[in-house]
Amino acid sequence: MASGVKPRVKVPKTASAGDTITIKTLISHPMESGQRKDSDGNLVPRSIINRFTCDFNGENVIDVTLEPSISTNPYLQFEAVVPEAGEFKFTWYDDDGSVYEEAKPITV
Amino acid sequence: MALATSTKIALGLALAGGVAAGTTAWADEDDILVINGETEIITKTDAPAHVEGLDTIRSGWTFRTVETQSLQMDDFDNPAMIFVDQGIDSWNAADGAAGKSCADCHEDPESMTGLRTKLPKWNEAAGEVWTMEMYINACRTERMEAEPWGWKSQPMLNMTALIGNQSRGLPMAVEIDGPAQATWEQGKEMYYTRYGQLELSCANCHEDNYDNYIRADHLSQGQTNGFPVYRLKQANLIAAHNRFKGCIRDTRAETYSEGSPEFVALELYVASRGNGLSVETPAVRN
Repeated sequence: MASGVKPRVKVPKTASAGDTITIKTLISHPMESGQRKDSDGNLVPRSIINRFTCDFNGENVIDVTLEPSISTNPYLQFEAVVPEAGEFKFTWYDDDGSVYEEAKPITV
Repeated sequence: MALATSTKIALGLALAGGVAAGTTAWADEDDILVINGETEIITKTDAPAHVEGLDTIRSGWTFRTVETQSLQMDDFDNPAMIFVDQGIDSWNAADGAAGKSCADCHEDPESMTGLRTKLPKWNEAAGEVWTMEMYINACRTERMEAEPWGWKSQPMLNMTALIGNQSRGLPMAVEIDGPAQATWEQGKEMYYTRYGQLELSCANCHEDNYDNYIRADHLSQGQTNGFPVYRLKQANLIAAHNRFKGCIRDTRAETYSEGSPEFVALELYVASRGNGLSVETPAVRN
């Protein structure tokens, strides 16, 4: 179980219809790769965010599969076209089954 | 044929562009640092009168690459802000036998605005110069009746980053006279003393040779106005004393430890060399 996980998102508050906006996301997470050993020589179990999705008004914008060896606190930046006012919904899926969610509205 | 020629030209231009970008990847020392598009930071100003070896003082930010610099220009991009957020969590969390949190006495972290510019400073009750870490631990042991934090423990780094962050943009102004003067003199003496097998003083690199390279390292003036800083190579915050230790170790000397009276004196002296530069806490460095 990863502790201290906190998602952060930066989305412009407003845009014109049809505009391409830049979205920045960051989630604090240790991203334990599963390759490391502890001081007793036992493998430290893998614990990573394995999937990230962003939806806008129910329509998928991006769906990312994350693999081990992505660094701590993964930062993802991408662009999206805003056709209308609505809400961006962000979801991170943890190896331990936890799901972290964040939503940001945008006006046109 | 025509197509091939134009491709070649395009490629040539791209290469030329790459070379130009390579030479300008080091920032101009006159670049201006504005954080979040609103907080203007003084990264270059006249040296204080007591610094004899320098005319102009420059923040470490002016020595870094454009990529590293840009990380500090927006709080979302600044990896250290995660730790500042964690600092807010422990600010509000009760700890120790007294069941108090920082917030119970000090309310908002904003009540700490301006404090970072004055530290380290003379503590009349203790009869010595204190750094922020010492004030935090005094609060923890005396008022909260909690365990003190280690100097470079994560909660301590998070808290010094949070408190320092409240003063971001304000110019450093530590006092060097009055009761603190003897400690300041001790720090100055250390700054100009050669240490270790390599016989290097702080001044050899950070006063005589700043802006030059020591192998692959681009030497700065060793200013502390951004501490605790986020170091990319450690992916964490680093306290000033930890950095001092690294420097002295690199001269192949036995170092002092974090929190030692020697490092407190050195911290005061080095901070005074940056009087006039804005606090940048938490800065991003490599």
